[in-house]
Amino acid sequence: MSQDRSQLVETIRDVVAQHAHLSSDAASLSASESLYTAGMTSHASVNVMLGVEDAFDIEFPEEMLTKETFESLDSIAQAVATLQDEQ
Amino acid sequence: MTTEPDVLDAERAFEAELLQAQWLLPTLGAGVTGTGVAMEAVIQGLQRLARDRVARHLPRPGALQSVRFPPVNGRSMLERTDYVASFPQLLGTVDVFSGDTKDHRRLLADREAGLPWDGHLHTSDYALVPAACHPLYAWLSQVNAATVDGTVWTITGDCFRNEPSPDPMRLVSFRMLEFVLVGSPEQAVAHRTAMLELGQGLLAGLGLAVTVEGANDPFFGRAGVMLAKGQRAAELKFEITTEIYPGRNTAISSGNYHEDHFGAEFDLRTPDGSVAHSACFGFGLERIALALARTHGTDLRTWPESVRDLLGLDAA
Ligand SMILES: [Zn+2]
Repeated sequence: MSQDRSQLVETIRDVVAQHAHLSSDAASLSASESLYTAGMTSHASVNVMLGVEDAFDIEFPEEMLTKETFESLDSIAQAVATLQDEQ
Repeated sequence: MTTEPDVLDAERAFEAELLQAQWLLPTLGAGVTGTGVAMEAVIQGLQRLARDRVARHLPRPGALQSVRFPPVNGRSMLERTDYVASFPQLLGTVDVFSGDTKDHRRLLADREAGLPWDGHLHTSDYALVPAACHPLYAWLSQVNAATVDGTVWTITGDCFRNEPSPDPMRLVSFRMLEFVLVGSPEQAVAHRTAMLELGQGLLAGLGLAVTVEGANDPFFGRAGVMLAKGQRAAELKFEITTEIYPGRNTAISSGNYHEDHFGAEFDLRTPDGSVAHSACFGFGLERIALALARTHGTDLRTWPESVRDLLGLDAA
């Protein structure tokens, strides 16, 4: 994992800690762990989505607004990287 | 939501027919109508028929109880159900006046001058109920948790949704007859399945050509896109639809599995202590009555004998 990518994951971890209302501590999540399994509801995932958009000043296109995109720290980082590459 | 001219024409023509036949009675609010003699007889018949069918034929794990809540509830209900997050475009709160004589004089002066006077009011702690089952969860959360045991609750409730439309199928204030189960996940899913089947049979028996389709609620904004996709992917909502306007199906009933959404927020627990799941099935009473008018006409005397019998229209 590149330096950029791990930094990306840590920023996303902060957003998740703030908005996902997990039953476990976000600090101990592995990057590939399912956020839904960790207790994120669909309403909380919407707040995570908005928080990530704010943190990176991006806007997810509609086709990315799926459950899969917000499955894990990794999958969110992947989506953010894709959008940043496009810019 | 389509607004093609021919669709609008079809909606307006249907509305004109219903007003002419006094099925719908106009009020001073856009999209708000009263219910005329014939339509109300149909709606009362529908309620009797559905309640009777459920009592006789619905497989259920516990008791069948009927309760009633008014169209107004505490404003906090909109927060606790997440309605304010999911459907801000549809909600309505109640404004009230709580000033003194001086304030009243100012209000009347503005009114006399033809100025807006609503600025003298303020939002109260009351809100209009958007879904017939929401007051039930709020009530259950305040009573002994032992009542969350798979009982099926029957509720006819007034619902408010701020979406005025020329389409008589989309009223701002309407009635839902709901059958709601709060219990285990298995009980909730089984209830929705059984009610969809019962509802489909009941509506088909009234001569309506109906289809069951996967559906989503009209969640607001970009966040709503995500919620709607999630709801569809998890198959949480099904609608019973019928063709009112050519080429377009309109929902007349729906069956919803909420998972633990309400159970978690209202701290509803099953006897073993786990968070309750819930499911509701709602008959859209006005919509079904209007679908029947579309199919059989507005003159009840010409309706098929079997339909008149089922709805008890001869006695009416
Ligand atoms: Zn409901």
